[in-house]
Amino acid sequence: MGFFFQELVNGVTTGALYSLIALGFSMVYGVLKLLNFAHGDLYMVGAFIGYFVIQWFGGPSALTIPVPLLLLIMFVLAAVLVGGLGVAIERFAYRPLRDAPRIAPLITAIGISFFLENSALLLFGAQFRVYNTSDFIPFSAGVQIGSVSIDAVQIMVLALGLAMMVGLRQLVIKTRLGKQMRAVAADREAAEMLGINVNFTIAATFFLGSAFAGVAGVMSGLLFNQVTSTIGFLAGLKAFTAAVVGGIGSLPGAMLGGLLIGIAESFITGYVSSTYTNLFVFALLIAVMLVRPSGLLGQAQLQKV
Amino acid sequence: MSLDAQPPAVGPQVGSDEWVARQAHRREYAPGWVGTAQRASQRIGWWPRLAIAGVAGAALPLLGLGGFQLQVGIDALVIALLAVGLNIVVGWAGLLDLGYIAFFGFGAYGFALLSSSQLGSHGIHLPALLSLPIVMIGAAILGLLVGLPSRRLIGDYLAIVTLFFGEAFVEFTNNVAPGSLGGPNGIISIDPIRIFGNIQFNSNESYYYLLVFLLVAVMAVLRLLDTSRTGRAWRAVREDPLAAASMTIPVNRVKLMAFAFGAMVAALAGTIFAAQQISVFPTDFDTPILILIYAGLILGGAGNIAGAATGALIVMVIYDGLLRSPAESGYLFYGLILLTLVVKLRPWRRLGLVLAATAVLGFAAHAVTRALSPAAVAGGPQSAGWIAAALRDWVIVPANPQVPGNFGFVLLVCLLIAIVQVKGHWRTILLVPTIYLAACVWEARLIVEYSVTRQLMIGAILIVMMNARPQGLLGVRRVEAAI
Repeated sequence: MGFFFQELVNGVTTGALYSLIALGFSMVYGVLKLLNFAHGDLYMVGAFIGYFVIQWFGGPSALTIPVPLLLLIMFVLAAVLVGGLGVAIERFAYRPLRDAPRIAPLITAIGISFFLENSALLLFGAQFRVYNTSDFIPFSAGVQIGSVSIDAVQIMVLALGLAMMVGLRQLVIKTRLGKQMRAVAADREAAEMLGINVNFTIAATFFLGSAFAGVAGVMSGLLFNQVTSTIGFLAGLKAFTAAVVGGIGSLPGAMLGGLLIGIAESFITGYVSSTYTNLFVFALLIAVMLVRPSGLLGQAQLQKV
Repeated sequence: MSLDAQPPAVGPQVGSDEWVARQAHRREYAPGWVGTAQRASQRIGWWPRLAIAGVAGAALPLLGLGGFQLQVGIDALVIALLAVGLNIVVGWAGLLDLGYIAFFGFGAYGFALLSSSQLGSHGIHLPALLSLPIVMIGAAILGLLVGLPSRRLIGDYLAIVTLFFGEAFVEFTNNVAPGSLGGPNGIISIDPIRIFGNIQFNSNESYYYLLVFLLVAVMAVLRLLDTSRTGRAWRAVREDPLAAASMTIPVNRVKLMAFAFGAMVAALAGTIFAAQQISVFPTDFDTPILILIYAGLILGGAGNIAGAATGALIVMVIYDGLLRSPAESGYLFYGLILLTLVVKLRPWRRLGLVLAATAVLGFAAHAVTRALSPAAVAGGPQSAGWIAAALRDWVIVPANPQVPGNFGFVLLVCLLIAIVQVKGHWRTILLVPTIYLAACVWEARLIVEYSVTRQLMIGAILIVMMNARPQGLLGVRRVEAAI
C-alpha cells in the first residue's frame, strides 16, 4: 500500500505541473480559439531562466543568498520574463492573423514553437543543464508519513500550484479583468462593441498563461533537475492532453485533466513499465477525443452557421 | 491555379472570390518579358509544362552532379512527393493533418518488413511490384481509420488527434515488438526495389530517375483528380462543409477520401525512401520532418500542386544542400537579403541610401571597435571565398564569438520584431542596423551552427509566410467567409 500512496503523491505532483501548463494553454484557447503550440516551449524558457538565476547567485552548492529568496527570485523572474515573451509572440505573430483562416495561426504557432526550440539550442547548446536541487533543498527537509515520503520540493510545488490555481479562479470570477476575459472568450466582437479593450484583454491573458508556463518550468527544473531545449515539446503535448481531456477552454477541466494525466502516468510507470507511458497517454487522449470530443468538463460547442 | 493571363472570365470558382481574383490579377499581372514568359507558359497547357519540368529534372544529373548533390536531389524529391500528398489533405480538403508523417513511416516500415529478413525465419522478400501496392493499400486503409475522427471533429480537434497519432507512431516503432520492428535500432539491410524480376534499382542515379518519374506521374494524376468531381467536392468541403452537405456532397466520405489519397502518396514516398536508404529508424519519422514538409507546402502555396512540389524542392535544396558549406550558404544569405531589399524597397533612391548607410555603418563600427579593443574584432568572418575577404574589415566578429554571438542573436530577433511593429521612416532607419547586425551574427554564430540555423529557417518560413503571404509563392489568395 505504501508504494501505491508514494506513486499517488508523485503523480499528483507531476499532475500539478501539467495542470499549470494546461491552464495557460486553455486560457489562450478560450480567448483566441488558438491552439498555442508554442506554449510548451515557453515552459522550457522558464526552466532555463530558473537555471540561470541559480548560476547567477553562485551555483547550487555555494549560494550567496538564502534559499527562500532565491526561489522567490526564480519564480518571479520566470513569470515576468516568460509572460513578456508570450505577449511579444502574440503581438508579433498572432495578432495580424486574428481574422485569417483558422489554419494560418495554427501553422504560425508550429513555426514559433520550432523557432523557440532551436533558438534555445543555438543559445544554450544541446547538453543537459542540471539544477542540483538537492544541494540547496536537502531531501531530509521533507515529511515522512508511514512509508510515504514527500520531499520539500514536492510540498512546495503542490502548495504553490494550488495557490496559483485558486488565485486564477478568483481572478477570473471576481475581478474586472476576469470578467473581460470571459466576455472576450464568449464573443469577441460583442465584447468589443461593449467597450472592452480586446487587444489589452488578449495580451493580459497571454501574459498570465505564459507566466504560468514559466513558473511550471522552474518547478520542473526543481523537481526533475534536468533542463534542455527539447523538454518543451513533450511537456506541451502532455499539457494539450490534459487540457483536451478536461475540456478545452474550461479552467477546472484543465486542472482535472492535468491531475489525471499525472496520476495515470505515475501509476503506469510504477506498475507496468516506463516504456509504454507516453504511448498510453496518447492512446488515452485519442480515446477521450473519440468518445467525448468536448472533454470531461467541457461543453459541447454548437456549430454556428 | 497560378497566374492567369486574362482576368478570370469563367466566373467565380470554388474558393476564390471574384473581386479578390481581379485584384490579385491586377497586382500580379507582370509586364515585360517576365509576363510574356508567364503567359507563354500558361498557353501551352499543364501537361506539356509538367513534362518540360520532368525532362529538365531528369536532365540535371547529366550536368555532372556528384554523390552529395544527387543525395540532396533524392531527399528533395522525396519531400516534394510528400508535400504533394499533404496538399490533398491540407490544401484541398482543408483538414489540418499533423499525423501525416506517420503514413510516410508506415510506408517505409511496411516496405521494410516485406522486403527484409525481419519477419519469419527466412524473412519476406516480396518483389516491389507486389509489396508496393500492398503497402499503399494498407496505408489507404490506415488513412481511412485515422480520418474517421474527422467525421465528428473539426478544425483544431482534428489537428490534436492527428498530432497524437503521429507521436504514437514514433512511440510505437520505438517500443513495441523490438524483435520485428527493431526498436530504436530500426530495420537494416532492406532489399532494393526490384521490378520485372531482373531490373534492380541499386545506384543513387536510378533512384533519382525513379523519383523524378514518380513525382511527375503523381502530379499528373493529382492534376486530373483536382479538376474532377472529387477535387471540386474537396474544395467545396474546405470552404464550407455545411453548404457542401446541403448541395448533396457526402462530406464525410469526401474527407475520408482525402485522408486515404494523402496516405497513399505518403506511403509511396516511404517505400522509395526505405529502399534507397536501405534502412529505417523511428527518428526518420519524427515531428521535425513533418514541419519540414509543412514548410515546403506553405512556401509554395497550399492548394496548388505545382506550388507544393516547388516549395518543397526549394526548402530541401536550401536545407540539405546549401546550408552546409560556408561558401554556398554565404551566397544564399547575402543574396536573399539583397533580393528582399531590391523587391521591397522603393524608390531606388531609398534602396541605395540603405545599402550605403549599412556599408558606412559597418566600416565605422569596425574601425571604432578595433580602436577600442583589438580582441573584439579578432575573429574574422566565418564565411569562405571572396565574401569573407570582402567582409574582413566590415563585420565585427570577436575572437571568442559564442557568447557575444548569442546576445547578438537575441538582439537581432528583437530588432526584427521592432521593424515589423514600426512604420514609415523609422522602419527604413531601423533596417540599417538590423542588416548589419544580421551579417555579424551570421558570420559569428549562425554559419558555424548550420544544423541549428537551418531549423531556425524552417520555423521562420512558417511564421513569415503565414503573416506576409499566406497563399504561398505560387498560390492564389483565398477569402474565408466570416463565421
